[in-house]
Amino acid sequence: MKLIIAMIQPHKLPDVKKALFEAEIHKMTVTNVLGCGQQRGFSETYRGVVHEVNLLKKVRLEIAVNEDFVDDTIKAIIKGAKTGNIGDGKIFVMDLQRCIRIRTEDEGHDAIG
Amino acid sequence: MKLFRMLGSLITAAAVSLFYAVSCFAGENGVIDSGATAWMLTSTALVLLMVPGLAMFYGGLVRTKNVLGTMMHSFVSIAIIGVLWTIFGYSLSFGHSILGGFLGWNPDYFFLKGIDESIVNGVPEYVLAMFQGKFAIITPALIAGALAERVYFRGYCLFIALWFLFVYCPLAHWVWASDGWLFNAGARGVIDLAGGTVIHVSAGVSALVVSLFLGKRKGYPETVVMPNNLVMTMIGAGLLWVGWFGFNAGSTVHSGLDTARALTMTQISASSGAVTWLVLEAIIFKKATSLGFVSGILAGLVVITPAAGVVLPSGALILGMLSSIACYFALKMKAKFGYDDSLDCFGIHGVGSGLGVLMLSFFIRGSWMAEASAAIGTRWTNVDQFFIQLKGLSATIVLAALGTLIISFVVENTIGFRLGKAKEMAGMDHSLHGEHGYGMLNVN
Repeated sequence: MKLIIAMIQPHKLPDVKKALFEAEIHKMTVTNVLGCGQQRGFSETYRGVVHEVNLLKKVRLEIAVNEDFVDDTIKAIIKGAKTGNIGDGKIFVMDLQRCIRIRTEDEGHDAIG
Repeated sequence: MKLFRMLGSLITAAAVSLFYAVSCFAGENGVIDSGATAWMLTSTALVLLMVPGLAMFYGGLVRTKNVLGTMMHSFVSIAIIGVLWTIFGYSLSFGHSILGGFLGWNPDYFFLKGIDESIVNGVPEYVLAMFQGKFAIITPALIAGALAERVYFRGYCLFIALWFLFVYCPLAHWVWASDGWLFNAGARGVIDLAGGTVIHVSAGVSALVVSLFLGKRKGYPETVVMPNNLVMTMIGAGLLWVGWFGFNAGSTVHSGLDTARALTMTQISASSGAVTWLVLEAIIFKKATSLGFVSGILAGLVVITPAAGVVLPSGALILGMLSSIACYFALKMKAKFGYDDSLDCFGIHGVGSGLGVLMLSFFIRGSWMAEASAAIGTRWTNVDQFFIQLKGLSATIVLAALGTLIISFVVENTIGFRLGKAKEMAGMDHSLHGEHGYGMLNVN
């Protein structure tokens, strides 16, 4: 079991979701996050006071998958989020120790699927 | 020293007596009717209140990344049209016919320089000029619903300025100026109390044309574009409803029986429209939505806008109901044809008010028809009036459609109108204004 965490551009979320659904991956958690990468920041002006914004709005996806879905998930996220520009984001893949479905108390492979 | 002081007081006395002489002269020109003036001042404020109301209504319906840009579309109209109206708008709309009646002109209205002491029917002309100016402000702002989320701010500013000049001013002159050709059509002219043709149909038709010209937003309609804040939309709709009493009842330009009639019909039609939309949704979706409810309010308000002065309460009830049904199905048609009139300016303002302009012919109170017959000496029927209304509606559609198409083309090919893909994706707030509306509450 793996936990895939991806940071993507907020406006790419619909495309990523669509690509994941097409790859038959329907379970995910999405949160708004602020992040800092190669893209650097920009400045905003409020009544003439310049305000440097270094942390940019990003969307974080968390998807728990069984081994045979890892590559498909990564491919789908890339398909939806890639533009070729700085700021497209990153994908992290890590081992998942345990997974329990609360309702049925199933564990492991069945709990994810 | 003493001599200078005496001289000083002499000059002051002379100035004071001259001042009194001038004001007495002004007083002889017209006596101020304080009741009517007070109501027109109130109406002017109420109509202005509709513009922030519209900003909230539209602002809540777009995505988070465009909330400020969309609200600015409404607000900036107050400023741009506010200036243009002072310089030449009032003159072009309400001056004497020139260019074969296409526009008006009156040098006294240029920079509003000649109305400083003018009193018309008991109301200072400044009040009338400002009241009419508020209508000129809200009309271009309505069109912003069709071009939401995908235009340059500078392009929008030029668009509304040109649209005001070449579409609004001629229409206002045709329908409302005492020598306008639609004002004098038929027995008693085209019936358009508060701008069914001049405001809502012209904005609605222009909305359709400009949305076709600009094309769809990226992802529409595959990706559902969800409103960022319906709470704000509901507050905006509430402000619009309240403001509409100034809009319709103020358009009688006095304070009396007609004013009471217009106010009553406005309330009845808006309620009837809202109830009808609720019932439609309850039957079709099994759920009544808040957005549906406020759409019903607007459908009821726009249909009664041309009609509030001439129909009876039963007519207002029926018009509100018909308008909700027509607008409901107009929005369905939008989904079918796939054009991106983003916030349904055409579907509600164009369709609802167009329906009102035509259908009011069959609900006119008897005394109005009797006066119309007396004016021409033969019997004036509802069908006769219907064709006059149709004439007004057709003229409005032609001018608005052609004008908008040409203006859109000019703006696109000079300073740019349609936002590029990258800027559109990042949102207008970030790419055009360098600000953001909210904190971290919403995804995009």
